[in-house]
Amino acid sequence: MKVHTYERAFMTLGGMLLVLCMAALVYATVAMGIHLPGRAGEIEPGKVFTTPPFDNPGVHQTGPNQYDVVIIGQAWRFHPMEIRVPVGAELNFIATTFDVIHGFHIEGTRVNMMLIPGQISRLTYRFRKPGEYLIICHEYCGAGHHNMYGKIIVE
Amino acid sequence: MAEHIAASTPVVADPTPFTLPETQQRVLRWTLYVGYAALTAGIFHGLAQALSYAGIDILGFFPALRSYYQGLTAHGVANAIIFTFAFSNAFLPLMVARALSRRLDERLLWASFGTLVLGNLLVIYAVVTNKASVLYTSYAPLQAHWTYYVGLVFVVISTWLALMNMLLIWRGWKRDHPGVRMPLLAHISIVSYVMWFLASLPIAVEFLFFLIPWSLGWVERTDPLLTRTLFWFTGHAIVYAWLLPAYVSWYALVPRQAGGKVISDSLTRLVFILFLLLSIPTGFHHQYTDPGIHEGLKFVHAILTFGVFFPSLITAFSVMASLEMGGRAHGGRGLLGWIPKLPWGDPSLSAQLLAMITFVFGGITGLINASFTMNQVIHNTTWVPGHFHMTVGSAVAMTFMGVAYWMVPYLTGKKLWGRKVALASNWIYTIGLLIFSRGMISAGLEGMPRRTFLVQAPYMDPDWLVGRVLTGVGGTLMFVGIALFFVVIIMTIWKGKAGEGPKDIPWSETLIEPAKNGWAMRLDRIGFWVIVAIILIVIAYGPFFLSYLPPNYVSPGFRIY
Ligand code: HEM
Ligand SMILES: [Cu+2]
Ligand SMILES: [Cu+2]
Repeated sequence: MKVHTYERAFMTLGGMLLVLCMAALVYATVAMGIHLPGRAGEIEPGKVFTTPPFDNPGVHQTGPNQYDVVIIGQAWRFHPMEIRVPVGAELNFIATTFDVIHGFHIEGTRVNMMLIPGQISRLTYRFRKPGEYLIICHEYCGAGHHNMYGKIIVE
Repeated sequence: MAEHIAASTPVVADPTPFTLPETQQRVLRWTLYVGYAALTAGIFHGLAQALSYAGIDILGFFPALRSYYQGLTAHGVANAIIFTFAFSNAFLPLMVARALSRRLDERLLWASFGTLVLGNLLVIYAVVTNKASVLYTSYAPLQAHWTYYVGLVFVVISTWLALMNMLLIWRGWKRDHPGVRMPLLAHISIVSYVMWFLASLPIAVEFLFFLIPWSLGWVERTDPLLTRTLFWFTGHAIVYAWLLPAYVSWYALVPRQAGGKVISDSLTRLVFILFLLLSIPTGFHHQYTDPGIHEGLKFVHAILTFGVFFPSLITAFSVMASLEMGGRAHGGRGLLGWIPKLPWGDPSLSAQLLAMITFVFGGITGLINASFTMNQVIHNTTWVPGHFHMTVGSAVAMTFMGVAYWMVPYLTGKKLWGRKVALASNWIYTIGLLIFSRGMISAGLEGMPRRTFLVQAPYMDPDWLVGRVLTGVGGTLMFVGIALFFVVIIMTIWKGKAGEGPKDIPWSETLIEPAKNGWAMRLDRIGFWVIVAIILIVIAYGPFFLSYLPPNYVSPGFRIY
């Protein structure tokens, strides 16, 4: 039966394709250091404005060419609304939310995190190109959701 | 027992003629109508959404609507939850009853219909009064009125009752046919809803133990991450609960409509068992960008997500082979010459063929979503609705519309009205969908956010322009396509020629018959596979719950919509 042969070939090729995709993922994580947010600590949402490091949102230098970028989401704005960072620097984004779930996405990059009440989100990124990028809250957070955005200036 | 061996037939259903009594057909009919009504209701705001992305605000034409997000909640709930489950509640029990030539339990049938309607009424009340504009994902701490959550629970209960009905007649059939293999159509229909039953338990826990008591004020706070995780624990598998009934049609019915045969009985059963095993332990792929979940666990779910792609690959092969058989039987020659020879003039088949074509793109974009490094670029951009309108919005929705073209005539006894209108509907919807998704996907790659009333947003990126225009044009065509579908169904019910409906469902023959011994026999032991599925789920989710619990009750409810 010819179907059998074709089918086996198709399944083998398909399976190999999937394994290849997985291998690419492993490579990206291990060799290229592209990581996802993980467990980075808990916080009481109502008290974020008085809990370090969120009592002082903004950009703070922590080492040579290394910065913490501390951000709070609140319906319907980010604190701070505008951020300036140097190009090529290692940026540690540390973010959380004061009220409901928000999103934090710098368009055109992989800086893409959910801000979930009670949790701290962390991600490391370096900008290669200077310019102005939009920061968009991309999770529905109530009536004013589409008004929630910010700007990051890489110079 | 020898006489029963012959009953393990080379067909997907018991070949003796059988129809359900009119009293039962009526309930199935009305269940189906609830689904198609929900589909039609949902697309009005679908159009408004597509146009909003294109920069055109038509919300003024919806005077009852308080906000875009109220409409978006209605769109998601009506199209993705009510439409899909109402359809399956009618379709799957009918398939099992027909496959086994047995009547359904009429009280259970009514109970399932009743809970569906009751759930609908509660949800409609909450959504229409703007007391539940939390979108269909219901993320806490945005809080809806309790009627919204309770309504959705009733909808889920209606699916459980439909499953109970199927299991009941299967048990009766087994008693009467000892040692006989259950026909393929019954097997895959039951496995579809068994998978869904298992998958629905986390959301039941989320709603019953967290969101409902919290929305009633019995507890003040809830845990946003835990409830969200419970949602996606169900939420990935729910997409397979939508898809599997479409696969039932593709595997067991479409070959007949195309003039071919089911390629292999055992392989088909295997595919559905693989879905039972792999659909559920993959939910973290919706939470790649979430804090609070260990990266290693996300990786495990990524691997399993690639695993659950495998049965879909087998499906692509098997269904295509059935179609090729059909095309060649109609005189098609050469490598691809069989494709134009397929009976494209049959609106039921054409809808499902087009559904399969768009699903190829849905599947590929799905693989990209699953690859977490790329997911970070597109998560929560319009890429995502661009992707899933090519899965649930096409593979599922168009198959369910295609099935309507024979199932409504079958259940009403009336001839399909307007075959050409139906054909036009299929093509307009498909072309619209491809344009729409192309637009959503390309602008999504540039960061255009989903779930956003973009026409009123204070920010805008000029790079999104082409994608936005395509979204608006495609969305409008999709709207026209479904509106035509609605006309066909209404006119069939109202004006269709009585007594000229099909006398039976389009069940197929199989090329490679049911196995009489060997490993394939084990595929019928659904209870055993449920246990294996539970073990996999415990492995995939256990570490999270062990390290996370007890719940972190931090958030009061917010009703800021
Ligand atoms: C006329 C046809 C349709 C059009 C024009 C349309 C348009 C849209 C648009 C533009 C969005 C994104 C809205 C946003 O993120 O702000 C959307 C979301 C969605 N659509 Fe559709 N759609 C249609 C049909 C369907 C169908 C048939 C289904 C499923 C069976 C479906 C399921 C969904 C779901 C689940 C969402 C996500 C809702 C959410 O984010 O909460 N749509 N639709
Ligand atoms: Cu937002
Ligand atoms: Cu998923």
